[in-house]
Amino acid sequence: MSAGALLRAAAVAVPRRRRVALAALLSFGAVASAVGLMAASGYLIVRAAQQPPILTLTAVIVAVRAFALSRALLRYAERLASHDLALRVLGDLRARCYERLAPLVPAGLPGRRSGDLLTRFVGDVDTMQDLYVRALTPPLVALATVLVAGAAAAVVAPTVGLALAGTLFACAVLLPLATGLAVRGAARRQGPLRGELTTELVEALDGAAELSVLGQAPTRLRRLSDLDARLRRAATRDAVSAGLAGGLGTLVAGAAVFAVLVTAVPLVQDGRIDGVLLGLLVLLALASAEGIVPMGDAARRIGACAAAASRLEEITRAGVPVTDPDVPAALPVSGAIAVQDARVVLDERVVLDGLDLRLEPGRAIGVVGASGSGKTTLGHMLVRFLDPAGGRVTFGGVDVRAVAQDDLRSAVLLAEQDARVFATTIRENLLIADRGADDERLWSALQAVDLAAEVEAMPDGLDTDCGTDGDALSGGQRRRLLIARALVSRARFLVLDEPAAHLDAGAARALLARLVQEARDGRGVLVMGHSAASLAAFDEVHLLQAGRLTAAPVLAAA
Amino acid sequence: MRGVDPRLLRASRPARVHLVVTVSLGVAGAALVVLQAVLLARAIARGSLGGATLAELTPTLVALGVVLLLRSSTEVGAEISGRIGAARVLSDLRGRLARHLLVRRSGVTGREPAGELATLAVQGVDALEPWLAGYLPRLVLAAVVPPVTIAWLFTVDAWAALVLALTVPVLVVFLVLVGLAAKERTEARWESMQRLGGHFLEVVQGLATLRAHARDGAQARTLASVSDRYRRDTMGTLRVAFLSALVLELAAMIGTALVAATVGVQLAEGRLGLEAGLTVLLLAPEMYGPLRQVGQQFHASADGTQAVGRLLDALEEPATLVDAPDVPLEAPDPRRDAVRLEGVAFAYPDRDRTVLREIDLELPPGSITALVGPSGCGKSTLAALVLRLADPTSGRVTCGGIDLRDVELDAWRARLAWVPQFPRVFAGTIAENVRLGAPTASAQRVEQALREANLGALLTGLPQGVDTRVGEGGRPLSAGEAQRLALARVVVSDAPLLVVDEPTAHLDERSAAEVADALRRLAAGRTVLIAEHRPQLAALADRVVALDHGRIVRADPSVLPTSEEVLVA
Repeated sequence: MSAGALLRAAAVAVPRRRRVALAALLSFGAVASAVGLMAASGYLIVRAAQQPPILTLTAVIVAVRAFALSRALLRYAERLASHDLALRVLGDLRARCYERLAPLVPAGLPGRRSGDLLTRFVGDVDTMQDLYVRALTPPLVALATVLVAGAAAAVVAPTVGLALAGTLFACAVLLPLATGLAVRGAARRQGPLRGELTTELVEALDGAAELSVLGQAPTRLRRLSDLDARLRRAATRDAVSAGLAGGLGTLVAGAAVFAVLVTAVPLVQDGRIDGVLLGLLVLLALASAEGIVPMGDAARRIGACAAAASRLEEITRAGVPVTDPDVPAALPVSGAIAVQDARVVLDERVVLDGLDLRLEPGRAIGVVGASGSGKTTLGHMLVRFLDPAGGRVTFGGVDVRAVAQDDLRSAVLLAEQDARVFATTIRENLLIADRGADDERLWSALQAVDLAAEVEAMPDGLDTDCGTDGDALSGGQRRRLLIARALVSRARFLVLDEPAAHLDAGAARALLARLVQEARDGRGVLVMGHSAASLAAFDEVHLLQAGRLTAAPVLAAA
Repeated sequence: MRGVDPRLLRASRPARVHLVVTVSLGVAGAALVVLQAVLLARAIARGSLGGATLAELTPTLVALGVVLLLRSSTEVGAEISGRIGAARVLSDLRGRLARHLLVRRSGVTGREPAGELATLAVQGVDALEPWLAGYLPRLVLAAVVPPVTIAWLFTVDAWAALVLALTVPVLVVFLVLVGLAAKERTEARWESMQRLGGHFLEVVQGLATLRAHARDGAQARTLASVSDRYRRDTMGTLRVAFLSALVLELAAMIGTALVAATVGVQLAEGRLGLEAGLTVLLLAPEMYGPLRQVGQQFHASADGTQAVGRLLDALEEPATLVDAPDVPLEAPDPRRDAVRLEGVAFAYPDRDRTVLREIDLELPPGSITALVGPSGCGKSTLAALVLRLADPTSGRVTCGGIDLRDVELDAWRARLAWVPQFPRVFAGTIAENVRLGAPTASAQRVEQALREANLGALLTGLPQGVDTRVGEGGRPLSAGEAQRLALARVVVSDAPLLVVDEPTAHLDERSAAEVADALRRLAAGRTVLIAEHRPQLAALADRVVALDHGRIVRADPSVLPTSEEVLVA
C-alpha cells in the first residue's frame, strides 16, 4: 500500500474542499447537538433533584428541546451534504480515471486479461469515493469533538477538561491503529489464500465439464475443500483480532466517563465544582464517544482506499502508447495507407519486423496467419492504437503520427473480434459507426452479414435490446452485428478481423463478396483471417509469418 | 422494511451456532445496558449531591468498570461470532457451488461467468459480515432492550416509563411505516446508482471499441453530464428518502427530551429520587439507539443479501443430470457394443429452446462418425449427451442396450475420452496436464504421448521439457498447442470411446493439419465421434451425419460432404 498514492488520490477532493468542510461541519454539529442534549439533560436532572422552583428549570428544558431538534435536523442536512459530495466526487473520479485510462486502451494495458482488469478498475474507482466521505470526515469530526468537549469541560474545571480531552484523543488514535493492525493482519494472512482459492475455483468452474469427464471432480473438490478449510481457519483467527479492535469502540464511552468521574468527584468534594455540574460532565463525556467511534471504520476504509489507489496508479502508470501531435496536420482527403518496414516490439517480443503493406481505395486485401502471428498488432498499428518502434505508416503520404488520432480513426475503421456490443438497442449499436446513417443503410449492413431476417423476426426489430455485451443475442448474431456495424461506418478503409468466422458457408461467401464490392465502390478493405482459401476473390492475399508479410501459399481450395 | 431475509437466514444454517451465540450475547448485552445505567446513575447521584468521596464511590466504580468491560465483551463476542459465522456460511456456499457446478451441472455454462461467481464466493464474506456481525445483533438489541427496560422502569418511575411505553411503540410503528414508504425510494436510489455504475463499467469495457470509432472524447463529455444528471436525480430522491430518517431521529430525540423533562418535573416536585431519575435518563437513548441502528445497518447489509442471493441463484439452477439409481448397472463397453441415441430430444431445463429433437443415431464399435452442420445446430449438445454431461429430455442414450442413466456416472466416464472445442490448460506442469488422462502413466509414456500428439517440437524448445508449468501463471500455450495437449491426454488414456468437438475450428491451416494428423493416429481401435466443419477431419470419418436446427438432415454413410457443406470460414 502506498501512502503517496492515497495522498495523490485525496487531492482530487481539493476542488471540493468547501463541500468536504461543510459535510464535516454538519456531522460535527450533529454530534455536538447530541452531546449538548445529554449534558443539558444531565444538568436538568441533577438540578431538579435540588427541588428549585420549576420556573428556574424552564431555560434548561428549552435548551434540551432545542438540542433535540437541532440534532435531528443537522443529521438530515449532513446526510444530504455527504451524499451529494459522494456523488460529485464519484463523478470527478470517474471522469479523471477515464481520461487517464482511455489513451491506454487497448495496447497500453499490462497483461492480457484486460476484461478482468477493467472490471477491477471500475470497482477500485467506486471504492475510492469512500475516501472523501467516510474516511476524511471522521478524523475532522473526532478532532473537533476532542477540542470542543474538552473545552466545555474545562470551563467547569480545567483538570477535568484536560482528562476528558486526553482520553478522547487517546481513543481517537488507538482505535484506528488497532483497527488498522487487525485489517492489515487479516489482509496479509487471508489475502494470498483468498487469491489462491479464487483461482482454483475459477479453474474448477470453468473446466467443470472437462474435469468431470476426466474423473477429476472428486480430486478437485478435495483440493478445494482443503484450501477452503485453511481459509476458514485464517478467517477465524482474524475474526478475533477484528472483534477485539471493534470492541475497543464500545469502551470509548466508558473510558471517557471514568476519566471524568475520577477527576471530578474529588473536586466536588473539595467544593471546587458545584455538585450539580457533575451530571452535566459525566453525560457530556458519555455522549462525546459518538464523535470518536467512527475512527475505527475510517481506518478500515482508508486501508481499502489505499490499496485501490495504488492499483489504479499501477494501471495508469504505463506510458501512453500514442499521443496526438501538438499541431495536427490535416488528413489527406485521398490516398493510400502505406506501411513501410514496420517493426513492433511488445513486452520485449518482436511481433512485427520489416513489415510492408499497401492498402488502396478500391482494393480488397487479405492477410492470413496463425494465431499469435501478429494480425491483431497489425490492426492496432493501422489505426494507431500503437506506433511502430521502427519504420512508419503513412496515409496519403503523411505520417499518421502527424495527424489527430480521431481524424485517422474516422478514416480507418478497425473491427476487432472482441469489440464491445453496448447495452442498448441494435440500432444504437449500429449508429455508433455513423450517427447519421438511415435505416436503409442499417438494414443493408445487416443483410450483408445475413442478420437482417433474424432481426426482422425479433418483436422489436432494430429496437431490440442487445443485453450486456450482446448477451441477449446468440454468439453468432453478436459477431455478425459487429461486422454489420463496421459496414455502416463511412470510413474510407475497413480493417476486419475474421469477419466470416460465424457464418455458414453460403453467407460467408456472400459477405466476402460484399466486402469485395465495398472495395470496388471505392473503399480500401483489409480482411484478416486464418484461411487463405476463403479469400480467393480478393485482390491480394498475404501470409503474416515471422513478423512480416509474404505472398500467401497456393490458395488451397477445399 | 423486511426484518430478516428468509433466503439469507436459510443460507446461514451452517452458522446457526453463531446465530444462537449472537442472540444470547445480545440478550446479555441488554441486561448489562440496564445495569450500567443503574450503576452510573448511582455514581453521579452520590458524587454530585450525595457528597460521596472517591473512596466511597470505589465499589460502585469498580462494579461499573466490570459492567462496561462485560458489555464490551458481549459486543466483541457478537462481532467475533458473527464474523466466524459469515466465514462458515461462505465456505459452505463455496462447497455447495463447487459440487453443483462440477458434478450436477458440469455440462452447462451458467448465466454468471465463473470468474465473477468465484470472486463472489470468496470475497462475498466481506459483504455478509455486516449482516451477521452488525445487523442481526442490533436487531436483537432493538427487540430486547426496550421491553425489558420499560418493564423494569415501571418499578422505578411510572411516569417516565409511560412516556417511553408510549413513544417507543410509536417509533416502531414509524419505523415500519416510514421504512415501507422509504423502501421503494431506497430501491429506486440503488437502481439509479447501479445504472450509473453500470454505465461507467460499460463505457470502460467498451473503450477499445469507442476509440476505434473515434468516439472516446465524446464519451468523456457524456460521462460528466450523465454523472451530473444522475446526481441531481438521486439527490431529489434522497431528500425525500432521508425524511424518514429525520422523522425517526426527531421521534427518538424528542422522546429523550420528553423523558428528561418528565423526570425533571417529578424530581423537582420531590416525587422521584435523583438516582432513579438519572437511571431513566441514561436508559432513554439506549432505548431508541438500537432501533435507529437497525435502520442504518439494514442498508449496510444489503450488499451481503445481494451477494448471497446471487450465489443462491446459481445453486438453484437445475441440474442437467439424473442421479444414478441405488443399484447401478455395470458400465457397458463401447469397444464391444454400439452406442445408440434413440429418439433423443434435449432442451436445457432453464431455457425454452429445444436444442435437439428426434435424434436416432448409432455409433458402432470401432467406427468413426463425423457430425457436420452450421454452428448452433446442436453438434456439441449431442456430444454432451454421449459424454453424459447432460441427460436427454426425452428418448435415451444406450450402450449395449443399457440406458446410460442406469449406470454410475464415473464408471461410464472412465470409458470416455473427450477433446472439447476449447480444451482447458490446467495450472500445473505439462506432464501433470497429460496425466489427467491417466494418473499413473509413466514419464516415458507421457513423453511419447506428447510426441504422438505432435507436440514434440514444442517440448524440445522448452528447457524444462514436460516439467514446464503451463496454464494460469505458467507459460501460455496457443490454441493449437492446447488442442494437442488435450490430444496427448487422450493418447495416455485407453478409453475406448473418443468424442472430439470441433478440434480445428479456431486453428490456422498448419495447426489444423497437425491436429488432424494426430487425431488420425488416435482413432485406431476406438469408437470416435467428431463434430467438425473441416474437410481434413470429415475425410477421416467412415460415416458423416449432418445436423441442422437440432435434427439429423442426412445420415448417408456413403456420401462425404461437399466442401461447401464443411467449409465455413
